[in-house]
Amino acid sequence: MSHPILETRDLSVRFGGHVAVDRISCTFRTGELTAIVGPNGAGKTTYFNLISGQIAASAGSVVLNGRNITRMPVAQRTHLGIGRAFQLTNLFPNLNVLENVRLVIQSKAGRGFNMLSMASDHDDLTMPAEEIVERVRLTGHAHQPVSELSHGNQRKLEVALLIALDPLVYMFDEPTAGMSVDEAPVVLDLIAELKARKDRTILLVEHKMDVIRTLADRIIVLHNGALAADGEPAEVMASDVVRDAYMGRELEDG
Amino acid sequence: MLTKLLSGDTPRSPVLAVLLIGILVCLALAPFLFPGVRSVDTAARICIFIVLVASYDLMLGYGGIVSFAHTMFFGIGAYGVALACTHLGRGFDALLVGSVAGALVAATLAFVIGLFSLRVRAIFFAMITLAVASAVAVLVSQLSAITGGEDGLNYRIPRELTPAFKFADGQILGARLNGKLLNYYLIFGSTLLIFLLLLRIVHSPFGRVLQAIRENDFRAEAIGYRVVYYRVAVTCISAAAAALAGSLYAIWLRYVGPDTTLSLEIMIDVLLMVVIGGMGTMYGAVIGATIFVLAQNYLQALMSVASDALTGLPVLPELISADRWLLWLGVLFILSVYFFPTGIVGRLRQRRR
Repeated sequence: MSHPILETRDLSVRFGGHVAVDRISCTFRTGELTAIVGPNGAGKTTYFNLISGQIAASAGSVVLNGRNITRMPVAQRTHLGIGRAFQLTNLFPNLNVLENVRLVIQSKAGRGFNMLSMASDHDDLTMPAEEIVERVRLTGHAHQPVSELSHGNQRKLEVALLIALDPLVYMFDEPTAGMSVDEAPVVLDLIAELKARKDRTILLVEHKMDVIRTLADRIIVLHNGALAADGEPAEVMASDVVRDAYMGRELEDG
Repeated sequence: MLTKLLSGDTPRSPVLAVLLIGILVCLALAPFLFPGVRSVDTAARICIFIVLVASYDLMLGYGGIVSFAHTMFFGIGAYGVALACTHLGRGFDALLVGSVAGALVAATLAFVIGLFSLRVRAIFFAMITLAVASAVAVLVSQLSAITGGEDGLNYRIPRELTPAFKFADGQILGARLNGKLLNYYLIFGSTLLIFLLLLRIVHSPFGRVLQAIRENDFRAEAIGYRVVYYRVAVTCISAAAAALAGSLYAIWLRYVGPDTTLSLEIMIDVLLMVVIGGMGTMYGAVIGATIFVLAQNYLQALMSVASDALTGLPVLPELISADRWLLWLGVLFILSVYFFPTGIVGRLRQRRR
């Protein structure tokens, strides 16, 4: 029923002598939500950076829909269907909330080089942007510059940008980090909604075990840059590997 | 309708609105309000520098790209017209060919420099532009067979644009109805047109992408904008607009030389005008260019009057003697940058909040 959409083959990156990501081979399927766990410094965010292209791989490859995208620039990967929300909020601070989202919709519509019309006249871009701002409950802040938003609201906008992009592969890097207990459900509900659509692939780096338990179809565990475990949540969580990885002890083997 | 013409960018400050309307009216009616060769010449210079500074603001204030080659593009436009007039003979076709060719050459050169250096980091672009601009300036003064070297070029522009051409007898409010008047309105009209076009670009979807890149190029790339393409594109547009300003300058002066069009001094003037007016506001170019050119042309005279009035007093006349005008110009800049770090336009708009 579901077919593989994204695959990493022996994907590795070295910084000097340090191997940050070590020959990770993994396949991700449409409709599946994979949680990526591991202790700090295990290489989760670096693995994400390799897939979305912020860092160039030292070896191995990334394949999207049968196409090798390992050497492609970030923007091109985005247009092919890789979308990323960042761990550290990464927005356009002096533009307002609506404009942040509108820029994403404009990018998708391929109108970035339109120079002679007024941006405010493109209602077909503004309307969907307003809708998305509404979905993350930021309508009241739509015309406020991002730099004036609370941390929690900035996190919501971070997720909103990804929802606006609506890529084939959604990559969330600790989407609820630093959010209050009232705010986190807004984001988690959106992720659950995406998952229910069954036509998108979701990769989620997350530390909170309760979140993983409710959302994940599958868990992969990274440790010292390598793939330490991969399987159904119940199975992986019961295994010693996860416990050991989180305790920070050295793994004996694989 | 007016809002549409300004691309929705209203002054958003009553003081700024009054200043801008005042400048517009003064420039539009300059030959009649301030008749005299010197004052009309100043008005024309203000127009030309508005275009040059606005085009620089597009790149610096909106694109976040620092370039030191802006006078080079200005010079390319000026030499384009000069060479076309020298070789194609006297005629409007020569002006058009020279302007278009200048703009194209400038855009092409910007494209090549941009593609090589903007990929890496913006600072490399700044350094490479400095190197290329110096090289071009040296080349122009060395290739005297083509460019006239240090002496520059004198050439003839269509008679209809020179003082020798009188299209009506007499004067209106002291303005002679001759070709120089038509020349002034050619410059003024072109300035208005180019400025409104640049204002539109800034508020277009493309302009929004530029702002996004200036704010956070990393994220702009991640939502699907190839940052390097946009940076190269804005550099080319900016270069072409600067070249057009240069063409206007050449048409007005009927002379080009390395000092008037290519010198690094003009580059620094442009930088100061952008900063004083307010970066990333477009209207800052209008305010900055007007104040600067006026100060350049009249501060010296003003000071000599003040100095004469104070004769007899100790020290003071010496301090504001006309020879010290550059010193006072410098003091003026330091004060304005200190008190208006966001430029005059930025400051005026802030007060509204």
